[in-house]
Parts: sequence; structure tokens; C-alpha cells
Amino acid sequence: MADSTGILVLGELENSSLTSTAKELLAAGRILADSLDQKLSIGIVGADLEPSAQDAIAHGADQAYLVNNALLSEYQPELHLAALSHICRQAGPSIILMGRTESGRELAPRLAVRLGVGLAQDCLEVSIDPDSKRMIALRPVYGGNAMAAVVCTGTPQIASIRPKAYEPLEADPSRHGETVSLDLDLDPSMARVKLVERVEEESEGVQLETARIVVAGGRGLGGPAPFKDLEVVAKLLRAGIGASRAAVDAGWVPPPWQIGLTGKTITPDLYITVAISGASQHMAGCSGAKVIVAINKDSEANIFKEARYGVVGDWKKVLPAFTETLRELVE
Amino acid sequence: MSLNIVVLAKQVIDPEMPMSAFQVDRENRQVVTPANIPPVVNGFDENAVEAALRIKDTQDATVTVLSMGQSFALDVMKKPLSMGADSLVLLQDEAFQNTVDSFTVAQVLTAAIRKLGDFDLIIAGRQASDWDNAQVPLAVAELLDLPSITIGKKVEVGDGRVNVERQTPEGTEIVEAPLPAMVTVSNELGQPRYPTLRGIMAATRKQPTIWSAQDLGVNTSKLQHQVETVDLYLPTTDKECEVIQGEDEADSGRLLALKLREAKLI
Repeated sequence: MADSTGILVLGELENSSLTSTAKELLAAGRILADSLDQKLSIGIVGADLEPSAQDAIAHGADQAYLVNNALLSEYQPELHLAALSHICRQAGPSIILMGRTESGRELAPRLAVRLGVGLAQDCLEVSIDPDSKRMIALRPVYGGNAMAAVVCTGTPQIASIRPKAYEPLEADPSRHGETVSLDLDLDPSMARVKLVERVEEESEGVQLETARIVVAGGRGLGGPAPFKDLEVVAKLLRAGIGASRAAVDAGWVPPPWQIGLTGKTITPDLYITVAISGASQHMAGCSGAKVIVAINKDSEANIFKEARYGVVGDWKKVLPAFTETLRELVE
Repeated sequence: MSLNIVVLAKQVIDPEMPMSAFQVDRENRQVVTPANIPPVVNGFDENAVEAALRIKDTQDATVTVLSMGQSFALDVMKKPLSMGADSLVLLQDEAFQNTVDSFTVAQVLTAAIRKLGDFDLIIAGRQASDWDNAQVPLAVAELLDLPSITIGKKVEVGDGRVNVERQTPEGTEIVEAPLPAMVTVSNELGQPRYPTLRGIMAATRKQPTIWSAQDLGVNTSKLQHQVETVDLYLPTTDKECEVIQGEDEADSGRLLALKLREAKLI
């Protein structure tokens, strides 16, 4: 595809609206498109796509490719993959950006192989090399202990971008763009993976991965009961609640709470850690946190190397006063 | 009919090693293998072995562990055997040096899976703790045209289908696909079993099958890397921790909350 041109963002919808991640991708794509002086397009699939296409254009896209098909209104990996690869082939872009979201994790590697190229996975930043005009993608590796700059050698170049790595552009309703509807025959029998049952958990809490504030506790809490105190803090701040692996391994809280290399990756604006030492295994899951706060009695704990604000002290004495002051501030 | 399960497992630098031992050779764009710290089987891949063994606990199944690399610590890679896997196949070749490029790794693994012959289910860890790519299992599935289900916490097989319980941000999902299929698993599956003494004895007697690129019919000159690392470095932390010090610990807690408000973080 020597004449490949343009940046193509593959955007996701939630409740028929463009997700925030899709808008972040448009912000990243806009930078690439402007530095290459190329067009920025978005590809979206599902049903009733026109409003989302206009929303995408307001958020930076020059053009929108739509695959309207009722079979695509619910996420199904094989059908979505077929639709996305169809858009990629029709659009013939030089660069494709996807979100490293729940579905992006499944689709991006398969899409890359289907297009015969490699994927730069889980990137925090993408830019254009001024000499080669190729995309350079920055990605954390070894659980965030090292950063790698990678280049895709094939065409199209594909990167998946970590959610919240970019800020969406402010919507500009005066922007205009073209909408291209693509026809695609989808056979329902292509869907081999079937959803049997979905159980939404009654969690009062906020989702860890998308939370703006996260509160977490570690081994130093000494048992399951103190997590109740953390839940109070989480509720006050409308924060997600998590734990280090030590606390999960000890059985104090369930595995979905785990933040770290073998758990969840979080990217909050504020991450409050209580009695977490900050082992590299844990830091791997929170290297994307903008501000880390540490409450720990060990002044030598690694967490203080990563924290912006810290209190050296016993959480049993620090936390009640911290919580009470928070309560006064937010109520 | 015995069920043939293939588990993909990678040998990685121990992610639990002290941070001080973690070094990057920037010139050669690679992480320095620490001299005195033995490698480990990637954590999520141990979960994959466990998932396979749980199936084997309930029905007639054969578990083959497949790994690719330039060189292996045999005692480390034999751990899945001592946990109860039936056989170990190591894809070992000088040309397999760059296991960073998921695309080429997937091509080699696919060649090996085809050479193994009949298989019903491939299980792999959701990602490796070194390059965190989370791509190889899905790339193999794509090359073999298999349905794939990711990040499972419970994997069951019956009636020619695989049934997987997955953790999602909203709750749990049960998803199924016809065999043959690819499933990736995560820590949510639970602790991998410890090798038993009997398992360790059995593993000592077992020798891995070792296949080179030539054995696999893989033309290494045609293994074009699709992603190149152009730089690798330790991230610089410009973070200076502001330690909040009050009159006592409670006062520090109070001041911390006020500080967060002042910084407009809450």
C-alpha cells in the first residue's frame, strides 16, 4: 500500500455515543495528521452512527467511515473485527490508532495480523519522526520499569493507545467533514464467540480502570477490616478502591481489586495509597497515575520515590484525621 | 477422546527482582539479564498451566507446554511439568533471539502448533511481564483462524465447546466458543498449584522436545520484524515527594487532606 495516506482512528461507542477514549484518540490522531499534513478519519461501526460521526468531526476528525449494521450494535469480536478490517482496507490509511480498551485489547492484535503488520501496543504517546515521517510510539515495558520507543516497519502502522493518555479536544460544532457509509455483508454465522450470560456486579464503587481518583491499601493494613475505612474515603471522594497483590493474596479483598503487574492498570488523576510499599510489581499497574499520595510508616519505602505527597506515619493514626478533614472539605 | 491442550509459556526475567538489579543496555536496546537472578515462567502463563490442569483434573486430557526462546533455564521451564503437565516442547534457535516482536513469535509458535498436530484448546497468559505486549495469543489465534476469548478466570470444556468466565469492569461474563479455540487467562483464575514431590520426580525424568527453526520448517531470513525498538531507557522521575509533617501523625493526616484540596486534586 505505497499510496496509503491519512490517519484512521477506530472509535468505540457506548450507548450509541462516542466514548471518551475515542475522543482521546482523535486528539492524538489530530497531532499526527497535522504533522504529516494528512487527513484524520474515524471509523465507527454499529447502528445509528450519524450523530457519533458528527460528534467525532466536532472533536477533530475530517472524515468518518461508517459501517451501519444491526449485527454490530452489540460487541461481538469476530463481527467487529470483520467490520473494522473492512474500514481499514477501504480507507487505506498510513496510520491506524485504536484504544487499549476492553475490546481494543482483543481486536487490535488480531486486526494487525489480518492486515499483515505489527502492532505497537499500549502506547502512552505517538509522534512523527521528522526525518523518516514514520510514527514513533512510546510504550512502558517491564511493568513500567523501562520505556521503549518503537516503530512499525510495515504499512499501515498501528498503535493502540492507553486510555486517558491524551485529553480530548474541545468540541467545535462549526467543524465540517464528510461521512462515508460503507456496505458490508455480515453473516451472523461468523460469530463463533457467544455471550452466554452477563452478570453486572452490584458494586457501589467506581470502576478502577476509569476512576479519576483511586484509593488502595496494602499489606501494612494487616487485615480485611481496615479496607472498610478505605471504603469510607473512597465514598467521600467518589473514588475507585483497590489493593496491592499482598492484600489480595492474603485473601483480605477479592482478586478484581488487585492493582499491579498481575492485576489492573489504573490511570487516575489522583492515587491515594495506604500502607503500600510500592514494589515494582505494584507500580507497574499505576505508572499512569498523575499524582500519587503515600501514607506509609516506612520513610524508606519505594512508594515515596514515586509519590508527589506523602505522610510518614502509622495509617491507624493518620487515616482517621485525613478522613475527617476530607469529610469537612467535601460536604 | 482425549482432549489435547496446548499451553503457551514464556521464560522471563523475574519481575519480582529488586529494582536495583534492573538495568537497561540502551545501546543495544535491551534489558540486561541479571546475572544472579534466575528467570521464571511468566506469571500469567503459570495461571494458564493451572487452567489446563484444572480441565485435566476433571476429564481425560493431555497438556503440552510450548515455549519459544534463544536459550532456556531447563529447571525453570520444567516447572509446568512438575505441576502436572504431560510434555514440554521448547522452540530454541539462535534466530529466536528477538522475542520482542509479537508477529514473528506468533508465526513460529503457529508453525510449532501445526507440527504438534491435533489440538483442541490453546491456553495462554494474558500478557508477558517483560514486554507487556498481550499480543501473541491473539496473533496465533488469528493465524490459525481460531475463535479467541481473553482474560478468563474459569475455563471449562464440554460438548466440543469451551466455556469461559471472564472478569469485566462491570462484573462477570460467561462466553463460549466451539473448539478448537484460544483462551487467555489472568491472575483472577487463582493461585497456580504447587508442584508435588511426585510431580517434581516425574518432571526430572521427562526430557523436553527441542525444535529448531529448521525442524519447524521456518525460514528465519523471512521472519521480518514488524515492530522495531528504536530506543529503550529508564523513565526519569522528576517527582519530588513533598512530605507532609504535622505536629503528630493525626495532624499530618489533616494537613494532607488540606494539601490535596489546595492542589485542587479533590
